[in-house]
Amino acid sequence: MIQISKRGELTRSKALLIRLLAIALGILACALITVITTRQNPLLVLQALVKGSFGSSRRSWIFFQNTAILLCIALAVTPAFKMRCWNLGAEGQVLAGAMATAACMVLMGRAGLSTAVIIPCMVVSSIIAGALWAAIPAFFKARFNTNETLFTLMMNYVATQIVAYFCVKWENPKGSCKIGVINQKTNLGWLPELGNKYILVLAVVALLTLFMYFYLNYTKHGYELTVVGESDNTARYVGIKVNRVIIRTMALSGAICGIAGLLLVGGINHTVATTIAGGQGFTAVMVSWLANFNPLSMILSSGLLVFLETGANELATSCGLNASFGDILTGVLIFFIIGSEFFVNYHVSFRSKKKEDK
Amino acid sequence: MFDFISFIPRAVMQGVPLMLGCTGETITEKSGNLNLGTAGIMYVGGISGVIGAFLYENAAGTEMNPFLTIAIPLLCCIVGSILMGLIYCFLTVTLRANQNVTGLALTTFGVGLGNFFGGSLIKLVKTDIPSVVLTRTSQAFSRTLPFADRLGWFGKIFLSYSFLAYVAIALALFASFVLNRTRTGLELRSVGENPGTADAAGINVVRYKYLTTCIGSVVSGLGGLYYVMDYASGVWSNNAFGDRGWLAIALVIFTIWRPSVSILASILFGGLYILNVYIPTGTNLAIKEIYKMAPYIVTIVVLVISSMQKKRENQPPAALGLSYFREER
Repeated sequence: MIQISKRGELTRSKALLIRLLAIALGILACALITVITTRQNPLLVLQALVKGSFGSSRRSWIFFQNTAILLCIALAVTPAFKMRCWNLGAEGQVLAGAMATAACMVLMGRAGLSTAVIIPCMVVSSIIAGALWAAIPAFFKARFNTNETLFTLMMNYVATQIVAYFCVKWENPKGSCKIGVINQKTNLGWLPELGNKYILVLAVVALLTLFMYFYLNYTKHGYELTVVGESDNTARYVGIKVNRVIIRTMALSGAICGIAGLLLVGGINHTVATTIAGGQGFTAVMVSWLANFNPLSMILSSGLLVFLETGANELATSCGLNASFGDILTGVLIFFIIGSEFFVNYHVSFRSKKKEDK
Repeated sequence: MFDFISFIPRAVMQGVPLMLGCTGETITEKSGNLNLGTAGIMYVGGISGVIGAFLYENAAGTEMNPFLTIAIPLLCCIVGSILMGLIYCFLTVTLRANQNVTGLALTTFGVGLGNFFGGSLIKLVKTDIPSVVLTRTSQAFSRTLPFADRLGWFGKIFLSYSFLAYVAIALALFASFVLNRTRTGLELRSVGENPGTADAAGINVVRYKYLTTCIGSVVSGLGGLYYVMDYASGVWSNNAFGDRGWLAIALVIFTIWRPSVSILASILFGGLYILNVYIPTGTNLAIKEIYKMAPYIVTIVVLVISSMQKKRENQPPAALGLSYFREER
């Protein structure tokens, strides 16, 4: 008979061991699936995976850049999750930030303002747009206890349609229903390059990571949201204004998503499209959760997921298979890691069935 | 004049996948499992059916048994959906994992699976067909009543659909009956409201959660199958199913957890989904994109209003989204 009991505090190393074991098993399962579907030598598969992310210096830079963006969104959703507020609207908040940035670039570019004026406007408007997009559900959550999971989810599609609207309205060239590269000739509103075009994004996200780490662990705000997450009633009892914490934390969450949108539009793509967030708002939820809401561990978990995704894409293209293969592998790996949490929290013991058990 | 006679059948055809998804998700949520993987499950339901039909069409050649043409995709769809439901249950019920994360992972996995096989099926089976077009299976699935055409507008609005559309309505009514009028339904609702109490009353919480989630997955999966075989005429194109899975989850809230309401509500949503095609916009194409917001805005409004009213019968199941562990009561 199997007996399950709750564990006390596990030592850190042991918990880490269980998680690493799960990741190893997950990767093994992924490898198995890959070998079966592609019928290729496992070593070649591994080689393709590594080549996808680190095949050339350009690829490595892109790998770091993608990791940074995913990390940025994951950082954004983390404070909300720590508060047990399921912000599934990161996708929409990124889009809101991206749209605000693009709007600044298009409109102020047309008005002929200089980059020195446009960029501060882009930064401010993207942060406000993202924060607003998260604060709306938060307000209703705080005021009426409206289900934030579903509300934020719906806000994603509202944002998508707003972006779609402007894509048609500002289409360039005519009839393409796409905005195209904004200010291609003048480069107005493009974020400046530090050394090469990747470093700025990496630097901003690195700063955000440190900020979030300190915000969550060493500030009053961070403490308050943790208490709210643990128990509403405790928080009220010690005099924390729960409603204010909820709205503030969600707005922060949205603001950082807005920054991700700013980086995507101003720094990387120089255009906006409905697919610009590319489902990363949802992947970020998993990144944050895999890292146990620790901003520093998120660097690893976002790196792992991006590595898997790019590697699987590379593999799929080289075998002539569909690029969605990466999603399958990501899913399998996450199933394993999700499953492993059980063994971190609970102790499973087997014992022979005896009479006194009944 | 707004063309209702052509609008309504199209709204219904858009609505049927949503109806199935919504019914499936409602059943699941009544057991306290917030399955955000519905979007993925619907993809898997669709692609499993496509794989089954594809293999059968290739194996059977020109001689296709009409019964098997329907049965094989249907069975494949059911098996695929059950497997997805089992993954979800194993992780959230047996291993007590976080339901939101599991659901999102399931969606990533399911959508990936759908697009992967949709794009690679031909390559994997090594045939020389250019694309996955299941015309014959689709014809079998979308066959309508023979006398529907002769009844004018009445036939067009009420009788012009394929059997899965009527199955969807029947399932919604049946689910509503079971939930509200039978002992099983009562026990199921108690599991979703307060699993601790249900457990104390001798109800097998784990079994209820597993069973309802798997049944719910199958119903949702059928929505995917209907979409591919009937609405899309047997042509699988990647990501064509779009965000309908999420819309189905939105519908669950819109219908405040009542499958019987979902019949009309999903047709309404189907109508909202294609409204932009029917509203004359002239040269202003951009405004169409704003009309496409309608289903989501409506859902948000309902969500807010139902939370403001705080009517007890309009609330989500109390234990929705929480894992149950007997020793933590």
